[in-house]
Amino acid sequence: MTTRTREPAIRVRAITKSYQDLPVLRGVDLDVASGSILALLGSNGAGKTTLVRILSTLLKANAGTATVHGFDVASAPGDVRKSISLTGQFAAVDEVLTGRENLVLVAKLRHLRNPGVIADDMLARFSLTDAGSRRAATYSGGMRRRLDIAMSLVGNPPVVFLDEPTTGLDPQARIEVWQTVKQLARDGVTILLTTQYLDEAEQLADRIAILHKGKIIQNGTLAELKQLLPPATIEYVEKQPTLEDIFLALVGDTGDAAGKAAGSGGEESR
Amino acid sequence: MTAHALSDTGTLTGRSLRHILRSPDTIITTAVTPVALMLLFVYVLGGAINTGSDESYIDYMLPGILLITIASGIAYTAYRLFLDMRGGIFERFQSMPIPRPSVLWAHVLTSLVANLASIVIVTGVALIMGFRTGASVADWLAVAGVLILFTLALTWIAVIAGLSAKTVDGASAFSYPLIFLPFISSAFVPTDSMPGPVAWFAENQPVTSIVDTLRALFAQQPVGADIWIALAWCAGTLVAAYAAATAIYRKKIS
Repeated sequence: MTTRTREPAIRVRAITKSYQDLPVLRGVDLDVASGSILALLGSNGAGKTTLVRILSTLLKANAGTATVHGFDVASAPGDVRKSISLTGQFAAVDEVLTGRENLVLVAKLRHLRNPGVIADDMLARFSLTDAGSRRAATYSGGMRRRLDIAMSLVGNPPVVFLDEPTTGLDPQARIEVWQTVKQLARDGVTILLTTQYLDEAEQLADRIAILHKGKIIQNGTLAELKQLLPPATIEYVEKQPTLEDIFLALVGDTGDAAGKAAGSGGEESR
Repeated sequence: MTAHALSDTGTLTGRSLRHILRSPDTIITTAVTPVALMLLFVYVLGGAINTGSDESYIDYMLPGILLITIASGIAYTAYRLFLDMRGGIFERFQSMPIPRPSVLWAHVLTSLVANLASIVIVTGVALIMGFRTGASVADWLAVAGVLILFTLALTWIAVIAGLSAKTVDGASAFSYPLIFLPFISSAFVPTDSMPGPVAWFAENQPVTSIVDTLRALFAQQPVGADIWIALAWCAGTLVAAYAAATAIYRKKIS
């Protein structure tokens, strides 16, 4: 389902973007290997979302080139859109429609055969079968995000952009999203993930790139990034449980639900 | 990609029509104000209004009421478009291989269907209140044609508002002047009863020619030059609003 090429699935060269006089991206270079997860780290306003919007053809760069799945975002945006899916910061679901109708809508717009079957399959994979006939407006934040990601995966796009996929989620929902992302990576999907949570990057990413003031200032594996600091000194510190550990122990649910998520879901009709 | 333009527009229109089916109050609300105006004018004010003709007052004022119905109905189009833009769903569509005009056309076609539904309701109430016409099938088709063209022209104005509004209120506020336009026209009283400058404005604004055309069609009178003036106004507004809306849209998505 994923075409593995030697060429990186995402290649960004000297991309710049300014809003009026405010430069946001000042020459970004970045490669994401096919089938890998790259976490793009950066504080608010670092330009993460701008870069994702350029790569997903929502925004045009001022200069530089970017290819996604071998297609240039400026000259072949239609081919790029066929190869990607975008999950933005705000769950892009239609609240008036039911979960199932949302999935059918996306399957129809991707011209897949049997949109109903694909929708049911996705609902099952994301543990939303029971909620499938309810309007998305009634969903919790975590369910909405799962539906959002399920909608993005209809048609199995080989490249997935996740822009701060866990912002605003509770710890359980966050872990569910992480499990989905890990499963996608096992299936060979290329993922570019932006986050401001350092632990999220540690948990998920094959490589981590740090975007700061419009430039990539570091790019490497977690081990490589750790070597940038002086060698660790050994100190003995009493291990206190974090509040997250306590919370998860008390509610006793680590969100196995979404673990089943991701896999296959629908074939292209052409 | 263009091969899918029609099917994608159809799919997206199905989506927003479902929004209307789930909140039919948007159609009811659209119909309530014109119906209330109709009651007010026919049963309260109408007796004192001399239209200078022997037709019943409801026959005289229904065309204007229908235009008010459309002018208030298109506010919902701007509102729905604005909500789509503000939520993430718009960006999802933009990042998918969908012909981009399909997203706007779906809202326009939905507006057409919703407004026709409101028109049918208002016309039904008018029939109950005593509206009568000897219009032939061809006359009715002509009436429908003019109303559809008027709806399309106003809908593209609504698209401009929906695309450029900053707040929900802003997205629908643009429709108030459009709703009031029929009051300063031949819709409720003959224009020659108005003082000079007002009469001049009323004579030369688009609503009067449209109202006079519809009234002539319902009364089986010759439409004269009015129909061409009415069609020119509608077509001109449609072309200008369409050009402006697509220009704003293109700027918005690039």
